[in-house]
Amino acid sequence: MTEKQPVISIRNVTKRFGNMVAVDNVSIDILEGEFFVLLGPSGCGKTTLLRMIAGFEMPSEGQILIGGQDMAGVSPNQRPVNMVFQSYAVFPHMSVADNVAYGLKISGVAKPEIRTRVDEALELVSLGGLGQRMPDQLSGGQRQRVALARGLVMRPQVLLLDEPLSALDAKLRAQMQFELAELQDNVGITFVTVTHDQDEALSMACRIAVMNKGDVAQLAGPSDLYEHPANRFVADFIGSVNIFEGKLTVDEPEQAVVDCPEVGRVYLNHGVTGAHDTTVWVAIRPEKITMLPAGKAKAKDSPDGHNIANGQIKGLSYLGDVTVYEVRLESGRSIRVSRPNLSRWDQEDFSWDDKVSLHWHPTSPIVLLS
Amino acid sequence: MQDWKQHKATFASIAVSPVLWLVAFFIVPLAVVWLYSFGRNVGLTEIDISGTFSNYGRALEPLYLEIFGKSVAVAALTTLICLIIGFPIALAITFAQPKWRPWMLLAIMLPFWTNLLIRTYALITVLRTEGYVNKSLGWFWEGASSLKVMVGMAPLSTWEPLPLLYNNFAVILGLVYVHLPFMVLPLYAALDRLDRSLIEASLDLGAGHFRTLTQIVAPLAAPGIISGVIITFVPALGAYLTPDLMGGPDSQMIANVIERQFKRANDWPFGAALSFLLMYATFILIALQTLRNRSAERRS
Repeated sequence: MTEKQPVISIRNVTKRFGNMVAVDNVSIDILEGEFFVLLGPSGCGKTTLLRMIAGFEMPSEGQILIGGQDMAGVSPNQRPVNMVFQSYAVFPHMSVADNVAYGLKISGVAKPEIRTRVDEALELVSLGGLGQRMPDQLSGGQRQRVALARGLVMRPQVLLLDEPLSALDAKLRAQMQFELAELQDNVGITFVTVTHDQDEALSMACRIAVMNKGDVAQLAGPSDLYEHPANRFVADFIGSVNIFEGKLTVDEPEQAVVDCPEVGRVYLNHGVTGAHDTTVWVAIRPEKITMLPAGKAKAKDSPDGHNIANGQIKGLSYLGDVTVYEVRLESGRSIRVSRPNLSRWDQEDFSWDDKVSLHWHPTSPIVLLS
Repeated sequence: MQDWKQHKATFASIAVSPVLWLVAFFIVPLAVVWLYSFGRNVGLTEIDISGTFSNYGRALEPLYLEIFGKSVAVAALTTLICLIIGFPIALAITFAQPKWRPWMLLAIMLPFWTNLLIRTYALITVLRTEGYVNKSLGWFWEGASSLKVMVGMAPLSTWEPLPLLYNNFAVILGLVYVHLPFMVLPLYAALDRLDRSLIEASLDLGAGHFRTLTQIVAPLAAPGIISGVIITFVPALGAYLTPDLMGGPDSQMIANVIERQFKRANDWPFGAALSFLLMYATFILIALQTLRNRSAERRS
């Protein structure tokens, strides 16, 4: 397999609005044909970054290259990218077909070709036969497909999507996540999507840049972000997590121990290459903790007394596939544990105020240095 | 919240005074004038309402039809110029920085708060033969003339002030000046409501600014353009003060003719008939717009 070329190169881009720094010295390479997601809470600069790629905002500093060409001074209508807007921005006074044909007419494509390409694009987003409808006769989901078709029909090098699914209801959103990923796979166009929804990002993306306060907190694939977060922000933002502060007391190539006042000694069967006695954070995902009745937990594969914590159930929420328990530890700290309901009676095993002991495998804790 | 329609007594007690006001000071006088239009003068002040249509017949004579036609033409030209000037102004306000917008709107509204008569006289001092425009132009002319003499050329002929006042040009200028805010405000309201991402989407799909303006912005601002046109055209059609003070002998509009019937000619029935012809025309225009809005609503 040949090395994929970056279709978009963001180099040391900073964007200021007055005194506010929206994007702070960000460098990202987006590769040809990938589904790239910019993920972050609102105000993290992800939308500003997307709008700079589209050309609606100009970087205060740094460069954006698309297809190897510097985009400084190139207006939005000259860029080889198209955008799907959060509000869809479907022209309300034009039929579906006219909306999709708008860009083609401007670029001077011949009429018969426009017709076939519009039909193809509508077929692609499962809107075949609805070309003559007006936008106000469509549902929200259909309008979004029109916006998608309108961008795709231009065959851009990159399709930019700003919170594409945020206005859809939960069921439709889940369905569209799959459809978008499949569509991207079919057309082979690079997609760059902005979202604040981690499920959306994890389910669709090849790679995700998690942004925080104008900065890229981590750039990695979905499972890497979840299983190997680089810092507390990413660990906390992606999924649910328990984070404990502690001191690194043992750090050898084959094992490490973090002494956490709130949960006791956390043992890992690998080194973490941190300085001895420095403050670190241990992150453990709720589903990677095993819960047993009090006194039943045994520290498997770890020294005696390590990776075990005792507590009492103080809250639970039954979510169908899993039940999430809130366990108050002896230290007073609460910890979140999730347990799959593998049989139909599993949720009856534990109840409020039950005394329990928790343990986890030495591979489960993640040590974070920042 | 309670539905006020269920408290009929409360509703009636609140509604009664405005209704009385409207009936006494709007409907009744209008009805009286309407009845006059079917009457004829008997003596100096008596009017015999005989149900005759002769006043309307007279109003449709070529002499008056011509003035009607001319009023429509002047009002239409005024509206067109207001639209051409007002659209860029409304666009500029819409896309100005938010902190500037209230001030720009204030600048548009400010003339509203000055009496029309004073504004018209102010405009007259600017436009008259000895006015500011002619004085400045004359000053430049003199300057250019003495400059020519200095380099040894023949001086320019003596300055002839431009005839800027007491003609149709002055009437149109005055009407545009007075009615521009009526055009700008509904246009601004329509443009401000426009979803900005529609404009960005058009640019994103490769359209230039001009094409975006003609194919996206203008069609979507159409309701605002139509209201602007109507609320500019209707008062311009009935303009009285501007043609009276700034116009020449050939620039009288229908309102001036109506005024003359009620005052100098003392022919109230004929004046009433002319007034109501103007009102019928206006009503038809407004009814057409309402119908158009209804059908637009039904479509969506």
